[in-house]
Order: sequence, then C-alpha cells, then structure tokens
Amino acid sequence: MPAAIEISGLTKRYGVRDAAVDALKGVDMIVQPGEVVGLIGPSGSGKSTLLKCLGAVIEPSAGRMALAGEAIYDNGWQVADLRALRRDRIGFVFQAPYLIPFLDVTDNVALLPMLAGVANASARERARAMLAALDVGHRSQAQVAQLSGGEQQRVAIARALVNQPPIILADEPTAPLDSERALAVVRILNEMAQRFATAIIVVTHDEKIIPTFRRIYHIRDGRTYEEAGEGRAA
Amino acid sequence: MINLAGRDILNGWGKFVFTGLGLGLLIGVTLSMAGIYRGLVDDGRVLLGNAGADLWVVQRDTLGPYAEPSNVRDDAYRALLGVKGVVEAGNVTYLTMQIEDQGQDVRVMLVGFQPRHPGEPGYLVAGRPITRSHYEAIADIKTGFRLGQRIRIRRHEYTVVGLTSRMVSSAGDPMVFVPLRDAQEVQFLKDNDALVNERARIAANPAFSRPGVPGLLEAVQASQASSRTVNVVMLRLATHADEATVASNIRRWKHLEAYTRADMDGILVAKLIATSAKQIFMFLVILAIVSAAIVAFIIYTMTLNKVREIAVLKLIGARNRTIAAMILQQALGLGAIGFLVGKTAATLWAPIFPKYVLLLPGDAVRGALLVLAICALASVVAIRAALRVDPATAIGG
Repeated sequence: MPAAIEISGLTKRYGVRDAAVDALKGVDMIVQPGEVVGLIGPSGSGKSTLLKCLGAVIEPSAGRMALAGEAIYDNGWQVADLRALRRDRIGFVFQAPYLIPFLDVTDNVALLPMLAGVANASARERARAMLAALDVGHRSQAQVAQLSGGEQQRVAIARALVNQPPIILADEPTAPLDSERALAVVRILNEMAQRFATAIIVVTHDEKIIPTFRRIYHIRDGRTYEEAGEGRAA
Repeated sequence: MINLAGRDILNGWGKFVFTGLGLGLLIGVTLSMAGIYRGLVDDGRVLLGNAGADLWVVQRDTLGPYAEPSNVRDDAYRALLGVKGVVEAGNVTYLTMQIEDQGQDVRVMLVGFQPRHPGEPGYLVAGRPITRSHYEAIADIKTGFRLGQRIRIRRHEYTVVGLTSRMVSSAGDPMVFVPLRDAQEVQFLKDNDALVNERARIAANPAFSRPGVPGLLEAVQASQASSRTVNVVMLRLATHADEATVASNIRRWKHLEAYTRADMDGILVAKLIATSAKQIFMFLVILAIVSAAIVAFIIYTMTLNKVREIAVLKLIGARNRTIAAMILQQALGLGAIGFLVGKTAATLWAPIFPKYVLLLPGDAVRGALLVLAICALASVVAIRAALRVDPATAIGG
C-alpha cells in the first residue's frame, strides 16, 4: 500500500535575489494511511509554508509531493485543477473552526460534497452520517452560533472528513480548547484516521497533545527531523 | 447546490432589509423624477387633446400660444372659416395670473373661450358648461375652487359653475375658463387710471387733434378702451381635410402661423419642456450614479466582512463562479428589495406632489432593469475583491 503522503526534497523560496528567503530547504516526510503525525516547530520555522504547499495553495519551488502514490508535484504541479485536488483529496481543519456562519451545521458539512457535484439530498445524508460519527448528529439542524467551541471543532472535522480524503491537514486544531476538549479532539482525529484510513498531519504548539502522537516531525530552519519511537504514547 | 447568497441574506435579513429600505427610498426619488417628467409631457398632451382642435392658428413667426406670446385679431376667425376644409373656429386667450381665494393666492392660467367652439374644456367632472355671456367660470379641480364659489378676477366676480380636471398649463398651473369677452377684458383692458392718463396723452398729441378731421380723437380714444385681440384661433377641420394642406394655405394666404396637433406636440415636448426634461434627466443620471456608488459600497463592505469565509470556501474547493454568483445574487437581491420599496414609496407619495406625477408601468420595468443592471455593475468591485482573496489566508501563519 503506498504512503498517504510522501514528500522529498521539497523547497520553497519567497522573493528573489537579495530579498530571497528559503522557507523550506529540502523537506522529507512520509505519512502512512491511518496515521496521525505531529508537526512541531517554532514560529517562522516553515510549518505553515509546508502546510500551504501540501494544501496546494502555494506552489513549492522544487521537490516532489505524492498523495497515495500519485505525484501531485514534481518540480511543477502534476494536476491541472488544484481546486478539485483540495476539494476531493485534502481535508482541512483550522485553528478556529471557520464554519460558514450563514449555513446550518448539516449544510456546513454537506457543502463539500455539493461542491464536488453530489446531489443535495445525498450530500446532506453523508453529512448527517459524518456528524453522527463525530457525536454531533443531534446538533445537525443547529446554527453555527448555537454550538459550543468543542462542537464547532467537531463539525469542522466532519467537514474535513466528509469527502473521505486520503489526507487531512490540521493547523493547530486544539489551540482555542481547554485540555479536556483538546485531548478529545486528538482522540477523535485518531479514531477517524483509523476508521477512514486517513493520514492526518497536525501542526501544533500545544504541549498537552504532543505526547499523544506516535510520530512527530520537528521543523527548524526549513528542514524536518523525525522523532519516533516505541516510547511515544499510543 | 446550496444558494449561498440566499442563506446569507436570510441569516442577516434585518441588516439586509434595512439597507434595501434606504436604497429603496433613493430609488423612489429616482422613479418620482421620471414620473414628474412623464407628468409634464402628459399634461401637455392632455391639454392639446382636450382643446378639441385640429389646427392652432397664431401670430406669424411665433411658437404661440403656449411657448411664446401670440396676438391675433379676434375677427381673423371669420376669414379662417372661409379656408377650404375648416368647419369650426374658436378664439382663445391665455393669461397666467394670481387669483385670491379666502386670503390665499392661487396661481392659475385664465383661459378665455367661446362656448361650443374649439378651445372649451373637453369634459366636466362636476357642474355644467358656461351658459351665460359673462361672469361664469369653469375651474380645474387643482385650483381648489368649489361649485357655486364666487371668485374675484381683477374687477369682477365670477361664479364657478363647472369643474374639470387635468387642464393645466405647461408650468403646471390649473386652468380657469371664462367667456372670451371677459378674458379679453382681464387680459388687455387697462385700469381706469391708466385709461384716463392714456386719453390725456392722446388728446395732447397734435396728430390726433388735426383741424378738419372731426371725430379722429374720439375714435382713437375709443380703440384704447376695447380689446380685439386673442392669442390663438383653434380650428376644427372636416374629416376629409388634410391638416398639412390647410395649414399651408393659412400660412400662405392669411399671413398667420398654423400648427397641426403633431407640430404643437413637438413644440410642447421638444421645446417648451426641453429644459425641464434635461434638468430632470441630469438629476436622474446623478441619482443613478449615487445609487450605484451606494450599492457598490454596501456590497463591497459586506464582502470584506466575509473575507475569512471566502478564503475557506476557496480553500475547500469552491469555484470562483460560485463565489462571484453569491456576491452578484446579493447585489441583485438588494436591488430587488430597493426597487420594491422605491416603487411602493413613489406610488404612495406621487399624489402629494403639486404637479402631476405619472408613473408608467413601462418606466417601472425599465427602472427595475436599470436598478438590477446598476447593482450587477456595482457588485463587480466586490467580486474582484473576493476573487483576490488568497485561500492561504485561511491557514494560519
């Protein structure tokens, strides 16, 4: 089975000539399906740049990225429609839930399959199933403003998972939550990764959840260093 | 696919409706301006239609009687009746003046006419036609006069015996119809002091007191105390008569100007109210620009308030056309609310205007299309801003 994410020699340079800054200097990373890995590093280390490259919202300068064995970038984009790539093959969970405030919970989740061309009724059915899997099915008719912070983050996770993408990129998903809720979110991410064989990369500063990762990538000065071992928490 | 614009509007309907209400009042003013212009044109056409004339004969080289002063001898109609094709002729005078009514000044156009001849009011809404030779009047209902009311016009009192409607001058002054002789006296006869002075001045002139010409002075003085002038002679033609041919014959043989109904329509619409029309048109253009600027500003602000949502939508794969459609639909929705409010407001306040405001269904349709076009145009700035939103902004750092 191919790796869900395989990155090799990925570089990203901002600016030109004297003003050039190398945000990524040859990143290597492999994440298997169903695996949740942490990506940790100080501010300005290149975490967000790596996430944006993986999320196909900025173009790397060189290197290779593959999703489920298929190269999406190899010294140039290998896919024509980056929007469709993001919609169908990458899920996003943000620091804040960033739900669409004028849609109810079901439609916030159903919007993704609808954007992919799925009929409204089917999309809502899938959304309700995903919300139920995340224990927020009972709030499916609620408006976003009526949800607690933890519920909103669960809905955001449901939205990221609803199209069953091979990877999910989570950008500090527990930052606004207390310890209990933060650990609950990580537990959900682990459960969902196992259940849907989804690879999840979690960018975090959150000391509470770092011990929960089996594998961690540290990123410093645009380079990644893997930290793994039997001793890490399950 | 979910209608994102509709959901956003429903989510914040109060803000949206109040914004549409404000815009609607502006649109209401715009529609009213168009209605005022239409009212001006319609008043002119009704005036021509109600006169019941086919030709207007006026002083040569003038655009009379509505656009320029015109003086025609009041016996000219006899000669005009001899022109082939003419079956009826009526002398008419026009004079804009103030009439006092219970301490209030009422500005009216006094019309002198010959009953049962061209120039009499086309219809009455109350009362009866003028049957006596003097001191009876028919008034447009906009004067506020009532049946049986006695009104003073210069030296004499007149009884209002009939009421008509939609009979106003091009300036919007309601008309008061009186017998021709009375109107001539009001319009052309001097007051007593002026007559005495004029007689003394004529008597002092040796040219009128020449020896051997008895009666010359008296004849000249008598002419000063009578009026034999009218502003227009209105003609009704036989059914087979060609208006243009009759008008041409009158110009050639009677040394007078003759205008057909089409000519008069052109004078009233193209010449007399042309400046007012341009004024109103400029006002309409400015209002349209102001409306467009307001819609653009509102939609742009609404879009800027949704930058994060737009970034998320783009990140999760929404196409540019989905986002552009959302903003365009909101702009059109705002325009639709604005138009409905504006149309309702214009309809409600139109009767309060002192001049006739004519709101045509065609103008309403054109107005609606214009509002929607302006809203679509105004949304371009917001759409450009939304399409420039970088989906990467949804990801921190």
